[in-house]
Amino acid sequence: MTDVMNQIDMALLEPIVKRFEGHRRDALLPMLHEAQAIYGWLPQAVQEAISQTLRVPAADVHGVIEFYTMFYNQPTAKKVIRICEGSSCHLAGSAAVIEAVESQLGLENGQTSADGSVTYELVPCLGMCEHGPNALNGTRTAGQLTAARVPEFLDGSYPEPGPKVFGSPRLALGRVGIVDPGSLEDYLAHGGYQGLGKALEMDPTTLIASNKTAEILGRGGAQFPMGVKAEMVRNAPAPASQKHVVVNADESEPGTFKDRTIMEGDPFSLIEAATLIGYIVGAENGWILIRGEYPRSFRRLQAAIAAARSAGYLGRDILGREGFHFDIELRLGAGAYICGEETALFEAVEGKRGFPRIKPPFPTTHGLFGQPTAINNVETLVMALAAFNAGEEAWNQMGTKQSPGTKLFCVSGHVEQPGTYEVPFGLTIRQLLEMAGGVRGGKQLKGCLVGGAAGVFVNPGMIDMPLTYEDARANQVPLGSGAIVVMDESVDVREMMIQLAHFFAHESCGKCFPCQIGTQRQLEILERVAAEGSRGAADLRALQDIGATMTQTSLCGLGQTAASAIMSAVKLWPELVA
Amino acid sequence: MSETVTLTIDGTEITVPAGTTILDAAAQLGIEIPAICYHDSLKANGLCRVCSVDAGWRTNAAACVAECSQGMNVKTQTDEVVRNRRTILEMLSSTVDLSEAPGILALLKESGADPERFAEFKRRESPVYDDNPFYIRDYNQCINCWRCVQVCAEDAQFAFALSFDGRGFETRIGTFMNQGMPDTTCVFCGQCVGVCPTGALKPKRQVLLEQGMNPDDIFRETKRGRKPKREARGGNS
Ligand SMILES: Cc1cc2nc3c(=O)[nH]c(=O)nc-3n(C[C@H](O)[C@H](O)[C@H](O)COP(=O)(O)O)c2cc1C
Ligand code: SF4
Ligand code: SF4
Repeated sequence: MTDVMNQIDMALLEPIVKRFEGHRRDALLPMLHEAQAIYGWLPQAVQEAISQTLRVPAADVHGVIEFYTMFYNQPTAKKVIRICEGSSCHLAGSAAVIEAVESQLGLENGQTSADGSVTYELVPCLGMCEHGPNALNGTRTAGQLTAARVPEFLDGSYPEPGPKVFGSPRLALGRVGIVDPGSLEDYLAHGGYQGLGKALEMDPTTLIASNKTAEILGRGGAQFPMGVKAEMVRNAPAPASQKHVVVNADESEPGTFKDRTIMEGDPFSLIEAATLIGYIVGAENGWILIRGEYPRSFRRLQAAIAAARSAGYLGRDILGREGFHFDIELRLGAGAYICGEETALFEAVEGKRGFPRIKPPFPTTHGLFGQPTAINNVETLVMALAAFNAGEEAWNQMGTKQSPGTKLFCVSGHVEQPGTYEVPFGLTIRQLLEMAGGVRGGKQLKGCLVGGAAGVFVNPGMIDMPLTYEDARANQVPLGSGAIVVMDESVDVREMMIQLAHFFAHESCGKCFPCQIGTQRQLEILERVAAEGSRGAADLRALQDIGATMTQTSLCGLGQTAASAIMSAVKLWPELVA
Repeated sequence: MSETVTLTIDGTEITVPAGTTILDAAAQLGIEIPAICYHDSLKANGLCRVCSVDAGWRTNAAACVAECSQGMNVKTQTDEVVRNRRTILEMLSSTVDLSEAPGILALLKESGADPERFAEFKRRESPVYDDNPFYIRDYNQCINCWRCVQVCAEDAQFAFALSFDGRGFETRIGTFMNQGMPDTTCVFCGQCVGVCPTGALKPKRQVLLEQGMNPDDIFRETKRGRKPKREARGGNS
């Protein structure tokens, strides 16, 4: 590495040290981000200064940097080029883009240029699948990249992609693509804050009851009833100053981008929705953790929070409701899928490695800082506000009896019109694909990956399944993230399986043994099968043993689902490992 | 604690105070549920999952941290529980050197595990660190049980010299910027060596004795106050 990068001017850090003085460990991730913005990486002296400022043991500071892929303790350029190597981008043709980028930069994955000006990385999934092949140049987003346009991408002149929203009725996405995401006035002009204003005149327990009737199940994956969770937090014994609302905006499930669609297109709606839940559960502290790979969402929410605060929509006595205080702290993740798991997310906010906690106790009583916490997914919150605005009758007229209302789906891969689709529950996968223009180029459908890496493959014989909670449960197809990656007949499913296995091996936190080792062995077996052919029954049994062991004994949902898609593929297409 | 719960473990009923773990309740019945990372006097973290049992839940319960509940029906020897235990041990055996972990070797045997089953795959290798007069760190034998990190931190010493490098399969115990122990906040209390269940942390004197050095020379080599700074010795050899 160049000497230039090794010369560390500690004076540059001083203003940051001053600002963070008196803060504690929960400021660690923000402080690391700010310091890294100066140097491009986190040299030893900088780590020591941060350790002293926040009074966090130096070994722990280092351990945290080691955990998050976007923090560097080796010389790294200030500008990082990140290219998505996820399944959707792969299907959209990322291989040619990757080749062009690598040859024009003269770098391989993980390398920094000799002059220290640029670092190049492949990332498992950037969450902009509707824009695949996609990439980040620093914090600038790029989509629909082609090899021919790589020079513009690299010099920063390639335009950022706009929203791609479809479907109807649009309860949650109504303003996306219409409202100016940077303007509070425009948000107000499009009906913003009317819902909160109305809700603040009602009793929180009434609001919980109506949320329960709306049957809003968590949209982050686990499908837990939102109203039940809210009630538990409300009833947990603690003053409002010691209760939290946490917005899970980590959205790192491959093939998932609905939360980003909301945050980029209508950031104020998330702030209003979080404030509403703060009122309902009686919490004063709001937090939003956005994944590190979403710089545009972060920018827009940061601006929106500042605007809302200065206009009195965050802070004390909101909308004139005396005694109702609520504010939001925004946090940026740093490259760790596991931090979408709710307890790992708490650890990240608290300035630690994202190791999931043992449950019970549950977040409703022991969440962030060990205090009662309502943690919800972005879509869940915005949908709850949308349901409240729509009113009970209108809401219940959409969808099915057990799954009223609408759901967001992330359609990507080999499909004519990839994008975020808001549709009533009950459409079949086939109908959704038809809405999206069908398989690209009129080809035959091989299958879909539903629910992301933690989901399952379905084949053409299964696409008449209605997309509802009840059907999903009966067929063991996880709906939560709403990811639907479409594959045409040409797809090599083995290659997809290896990508998924690689993803889990890369993202396992390493806390518990079955997942820490099992994700690695699962990948190695699949790689060997692809390279040398299968050993038949022995390989199948090894995959089954490892898969079942991870599913049944892993500490958290990552390990418990790390074999899900792969085993579903083996079931549908036994020849893959035979 | 006045409240009690009654449950069944492998067909036998038992009543225990609320808050008792499945592991402890089973022990009271003379049923030994195997565990690797668990240590009596340290905070249980449910890492190795070798103690996973069927408690009637969607997934297995880690007996070292799962609390007994009223009417629970625990099974510690179903085909699946045994398969899971065996597979975890087989995977562990393919990852690190267990030759100086007799307890784990015995478990491998008992559970009918094939230690060579995944032998063709990558091991988690590490240099051997011989950087202080008191103990040697050979992370080729480290199973990531966290005991050393815990005693160095809140569970005992509050020295905070140890943390983790990497993540997933590549997770390793590490120090600040990979410094040798004398440069860290280590106070050489030796507690980590005492709790390590494998040969990963070993007293230097024991190592030298095993290498055949005579006790007088060993004493000179490892006298308190000497802090020789040596490069980490590479490889597993
Ligand atoms: C490995 C893993 C990753 C997860 N990632 C996310 C995520 O990115 N976003 C999210 O909302 N929930 C994620 N979850 C689910 C959360 O743990 C939690 O259930 C959710 O935030 C609760 O919100 P909800 O009830 O509104 O869905 C993840 C779970 C696991 C096990
Ligand atoms: S299942 Fe995987 S991600 Fe979850 S705690 Fe265990 S090692 Fe970490
Ligand atoms: S060094 Fe020993 S005590 Fe520490 S984690 Fe490894 S095996 Fe456990």
